Amino acid sequence: MSLNPDYLKEDRSQAWRAELRAKTKNKDRTLIPRVKMPELAPSIRVKYQDREVNMGLELDQALKEATRCMDCVNPTCIEGCPVSINIPKFIKYIEKGEILNAAATLKETNALPAVCGRVCPQEKQCESRCFYVEKTDKPAVAIGHLERFAADFERESGSSNIPETAKPNGIKIAAVGSGPASLSFAGDMVKYGYDVTVFEALHEVGGVLKYGIPEFRLPNAIVDFELDNLRKMGVKFETNYIVGRTSTFDDLREAGYEGFFIASGAGLPRFMEIPGENYNGILSSNEYLTRVNLMGAALDDKDTPVLKGKNVAVIGGGNTAMDSVRTALRLGASRAMIIYRRSEAEMPARVEEVKHAKEEGVEFMTLCNPLEYFADEKGRVNGMKLNRMGLGEPDSSGRRRPIVIEGSEFGLDVDLVVVAVGVSPNPLVPSCLPDLKITKWGTIIVDEEKMQSSISEMFAGGDIVRGGATVILAMGDGRRAAENMHEYIQNKANN
Amino acid sequence: MNKILEKTYFSDKVVQLIVDSPLIAKSRKPGNFVILRIGEDGERFPLTISDADPVRGTITLVVQIMGVSSSKLVALEPGDCITDLVGPLGKPTHIENIGTVLAAGGGVGVAPLLPIVEAFKKAGNRVISVIAARNKDLIILEDEIRKWSDEVIVMTDDGSYGRQGLVTAGMEEIIQRENVNECIVIGPAIMMKFASLLTKKYNIPTQASLNSIMVDGTGMCGACRVTVGGKTKFTCVDGPEFDAHQVDFDEMLMRLGGYMQEERKASEIYSQKH
Repeated sequence: MSLNPDYLKEDRSQAWRAELRAKTKNKDRTLIPRVKMPELAPSIRVKYQDREVNMGLELDQALKEATRCMDCVNPTCIEGCPVSINIPKFIKYIEKGEILNAAATLKETNALPAVCGRVCPQEKQCESRCFYVEKTDKPAVAIGHLERFAADFERESGSSNIPETAKPNGIKIAAVGSGPASLSFAGDMVKYGYDVTVFEALHEVGGVLKYGIPEFRLPNAIVDFELDNLRKMGVKFETNYIVGRTSTFDDLREAGYEGFFIASGAGLPRFMEIPGENYNGILSSNEYLTRVNLMGAALDDKDTPVLKGKNVAVIGGGNTAMDSVRTALRLGASRAMIIYRRSEAEMPARVEEVKHAKEEGVEFMTLCNPLEYFADEKGRVNGMKLNRMGLGEPDSSGRRRPIVIEGSEFGLDVDLVVVAVGVSPNPLVPSCLPDLKITKWGTIIVDEEKMQSSISEMFAGGDIVRGGATVILAMGDGRRAAENMHEYIQNKANN
Repeated sequence: MNKILEKTYFSDKVVQLIVDSPLIAKSRKPGNFVILRIGEDGERFPLTISDADPVRGTITLVVQIMGVSSSKLVALEPGDCITDLVGPLGKPTHIENIGTVLAAGGGVGVAPLLPIVEAFKKAGNRVISVIAARNKDLIILEDEIRKWSDEVIVMTDDGSYGRQGLVTAGMEEIIQRENVNECIVIGPAIMMKFASLLTKKYNIPTQASLNSIMVDGTGMCGACRVTVGGKTKFTCVDGPEFDAHQVDFDEMLMRLGGYMQEERKASEIYSQKH
């Protein structure tokens, strides 16, 4: 969904933007080096599960970084943003020193700016489309760091701006699941004037932002603040409620709900189905991270236990694997290892996560694949057997295919294994809707433009459609679904 | 919400709670379970629903004091609310008229067995129930089970009530006496293992309702995984009932002990405080 070019042009032609552009020569802008995110020292941060690694920019750093932005005539960066943030406008507000206006600009299209500023893979999105990357050999403007800065500044200032909403139209809408797709959808729908209720199966709102992403990357308090903003805009939340189970979709229709957005996530963790995988001490990254992040299992006063390991192997090379292995370090592992069957170049994890993990002392055992697990007499894992791998021709994902090196088997002592090799769609909600068309993998089939499912008043987005993606792609789905559901409901009313 | 309306002690360790929960009371089916959390520091744990009254808007839960969470639940009094309660979860029991059903319940497992016995009876089956426990005090819901059974055999380990012996002794007597079309067994994993071995010997299709460790209960964590017919299944979304003859009970018993040390330590700390 792109922003209206006329609106962008009009905004850019405002006097204050023109003045800013004239104030500093473009050449001088390009001479400023890209800002470095201040980080908590590795030796300190590995002791705390809940202290953020990235500490955020200082005001002077942000002002300087904002000056690097050229305020391009054709801001390609926006095309790289799944929720179409007016990037030059918010950055120029920072350069001007009007940080609260920058934050308000973010919230025009993004319900969770403080979250996105922390967890979006900007290097693959907006920043990959920045003028500096496309036209020069210099690094992109640090759009993500600036987004975080503006959102944090607003939160810490205590004067949070609540986006304007249209007059309530009284039409009830249900969003199923409370992760990033749903939150983004709900934020836009209340802006259109709908009466939106978000239904969450767990006891806490936020989905993967709460149970999945650790506090050292995304503090829960930040998520809660953004949720409060949505509440202030009028979004209602129901926890402990499984739509399709607690009540049926028909019950909700009878209660007056006219539109449904299904964003129930990619629930089911995948395992490798190798011998010994059900031994104690071998768990999914979902289980490991949920115990620690959602249930607070690392804290003494919480009832939920978590197994702690001295030699911890995390299987996989994505962000969830990095989150798990870094959590293991913080819970006292003396040896925390990433075991990945391809090489580092093929790892799907963000470069920043890999860098942070290495700084903290995580061992990277790449081109290795688990074959079998072993356990003690009580069934607790105590070792594993692996194969070394080589790389062959690229496969359908474009990454080079891992090939087993015959005779390369070796053993490894482990007392905790976290399996982070992906997730499958959660069948809980789709299974309640026999008429809903799904793929053979269990993802919901939607019109890619409209996010509309085979049941016309039901739209869907996020991992239940994509099978496993990022926070920001899910949020983009939520925005598109909101825009098109709004249109659908209006058309229905007019006919 | 989730207010406890009635509390009955079946014994000093086993308590029945009637909880205000109108939506779940309406939507639950036999075999479904709920996930509960007591207090902001509490863990999430599953309990099978033993009865529901959709008119009154209540569900019935039976809990045995085992560790910290069950102790916290039992410490609640009528008027108190359960912090979090979500459901109904799990696939409901497949109920049809197949002839004669043998229902075996061990200990607190008789509670989740009750709605299944009722449903099989209402579907027109001949239902014979065997309920068993260590001793007389731990035999629960006998009258309710009798109401929906054509015959009930009570077994106690120590002979303090009914007949002395294990649940399998009562089951085998029925199996040898008459044709049984299906068995359902619910109870401690070790009891289900031996009940399953027995019915396998006689080739009687048998369902077991598993009580695995769970965190979310919605398919997300995989803590509840169990091997059924050589394949890994999740108790929460694929079960909780499975073909007992296909379940790897030894692995299940091993996995139930996965947090034994942590649980024991937590219980000690809890009992020192209370």
